[in-house]
Amino acid sequence: MSASLTAFAYLIASVCFIMALRGLSSPKTARMGNIYGISGMVIAILTTLTLPSVTSFGTIALGIAIGGALGAIIALKIAMTALPQLVAAFHSLVGLAAVFVAGAAFFSPEAYGIGTVGDIKIASLIEMSIGTAIGAITFTGSIIAFGKLQGILPGKPLVFRGQHMVNLGLGIALILCVIWLTIAQSDTAFWVIVAISLVLGVLIIVPIGGADMPVVVSMLNSYSGWAAAGIGFTLANPALIIVGALVGSSGAILSYVMCKGMNRSFFNVILGGFGGETATPGMEDLGDRTVRQGAAEDAAFIMEQATKVIIIPGYGMAVAQAQHALAEMAQVLEEKGVDVRYAIHPVAGRMPGHMNVLLAEASVPYDVVFELDEINSDFSSTDVAFVIGANDITNPAAKTDKSSPIYGMPVLNVEESGTVLFIKRSLASGYAGVDNPLFYEDNTMMLFADAKKMCEDIVKALKGGGH
Amino acid sequence: MDPSTLAENAAQLANDAQGFAERAGALAQDATQLALSQTAAGGDPFVFLFTVFVLACFVGYYVVWSVTPALHSPLMAVTNAISSVIIVGALIAAGPGEWNISKTFGFIAVILASVNIFGGFIVTQRMLSMFRAKK
Repeated sequence: MSASLTAFAYLIASVCFIMALRGLSSPKTARMGNIYGISGMVIAILTTLTLPSVTSFGTIALGIAIGGALGAIIALKIAMTALPQLVAAFHSLVGLAAVFVAGAAFFSPEAYGIGTVGDIKIASLIEMSIGTAIGAITFTGSIIAFGKLQGILPGKPLVFRGQHMVNLGLGIALILCVIWLTIAQSDTAFWVIVAISLVLGVLIIVPIGGADMPVVVSMLNSYSGWAAAGIGFTLANPALIIVGALVGSSGAILSYVMCKGMNRSFFNVILGGFGGETATPGMEDLGDRTVRQGAAEDAAFIMEQATKVIIIPGYGMAVAQAQHALAEMAQVLEEKGVDVRYAIHPVAGRMPGHMNVLLAEASVPYDVVFELDEINSDFSSTDVAFVIGANDITNPAAKTDKSSPIYGMPVLNVEESGTVLFIKRSLASGYAGVDNPLFYEDNTMMLFADAKKMCEDIVKALKGGGH
Repeated sequence: MDPSTLAENAAQLANDAQGFAERAGALAQDATQLALSQTAAGGDPFVFLFTVFVLACFVGYYVVWSVTPALHSPLMAVTNAISSVIIVGALIAAGPGEWNISKTFGFIAVILASVNIFGGFIVTQRMLSMFRAKK
């Protein structure tokens, strides 16, 4: 294939990748989008295989077979509730791959046409070291995020004195090493860059708490894109640069959406420490107010009498694997003529769009699932708000109490509905360490139970009651 | 060879030479123009690649904002899969015949990227196949 033809093929692949993202603008076009994505990848790989320097097809086929089989098995077996940690794990692989590709380019620059060993173009060295550093940070950072999401590592933030100074020092050391590499072109400099970046990846993520993981996962998504773009510059490959830029901006936008959903700045999240022992519990004066408790039968009775019900799912639903039981409950209610809809807060769950996927898994049609902005004004005309596994995102203190750590965070106006049914295991405060005054409202009924068990009991009561 | 033929040949040669000179001049002009246009378009390949990068950032910005929030999880999964196009670099490293450190790195990177490509696209497909409208 001539050089122009190769460039043209990479261009087609890039267009396919743009179409893959574009497809996600609606669930109707999304599957087609995924097919575009796969086509783009196939074109990019086949084009690279026609390059004259690429000859050992056996080795390559073996690599793709091993990796592909592993990836396919993991992707087919993974439970939908474990998606956030799966995505984090996948990010770590992109990061590590970027480090290895940069390493290969550093030790065999001839293969990439960027000079010879010990005499690599300075621009290429800089691009390469940026790709390496971001890749290595993505690798260890994603492993820590995976550990926190999987529950292997404690979810609470790990903070120590002078943490930010250590990170800053390492950052400066990293820049100095890049300069060292460009001047000396030494192997040692390359490996020191890798080592510092690996440590930095760990240190950046450990101070960030479990519920801030949506931001972290999005951020690492973004990093993996920038790493790819960095490598793209080294390889002078526009397809890689375009994909890197697409993925980088995608992750950045998702991080922004998540931060906005919590009314916190990106730096506030990244600097970490939120949601651990350091969070100040406000609203203590509400401690001795009484709460109204109810059983599954009460909840079933109230919802049966309602005309409109809005369900507010949160991370607790994922933990309890309650999505199927919940969907069944909603279906029984619908059969009884109740209008059931779902309200999704942007930061519900542990990754962007986590709740939507779980509801889809439980066969809830996507056109009854609404975003915060779409549905928030409807609570005042709703009979029952059914909160399952969510807490902070319903806390009215975010609107009224200026001393609250979550003040200013957009919340769902559940308290405006006729009755609030709130499933919770105990009265413990939410992730942010803030008490929720909603528990003590007159129109709130607390259902103390495991989310899945409660939904199943409500279904039984609804069916048993018969009307 | 008689002198008149010689003179004729000489005249012919002179003519040809003039033609060549003219063509050389035109070529030189073309070359200058080409060099100029290349400078105008940003001579250094880095500038060209950087242009592509910045434009792609803008494309990404607008395309991603148009993604419905309900599909943000599949978005993450699919961006993860396509960022594995880094396999292109891995294939070049793993391509040459003899084994050395670069080929080893390339081979490992091919495996890592393949896990992501297959895993990423399959999990995206699994998620998307669950999104259904009301019957």
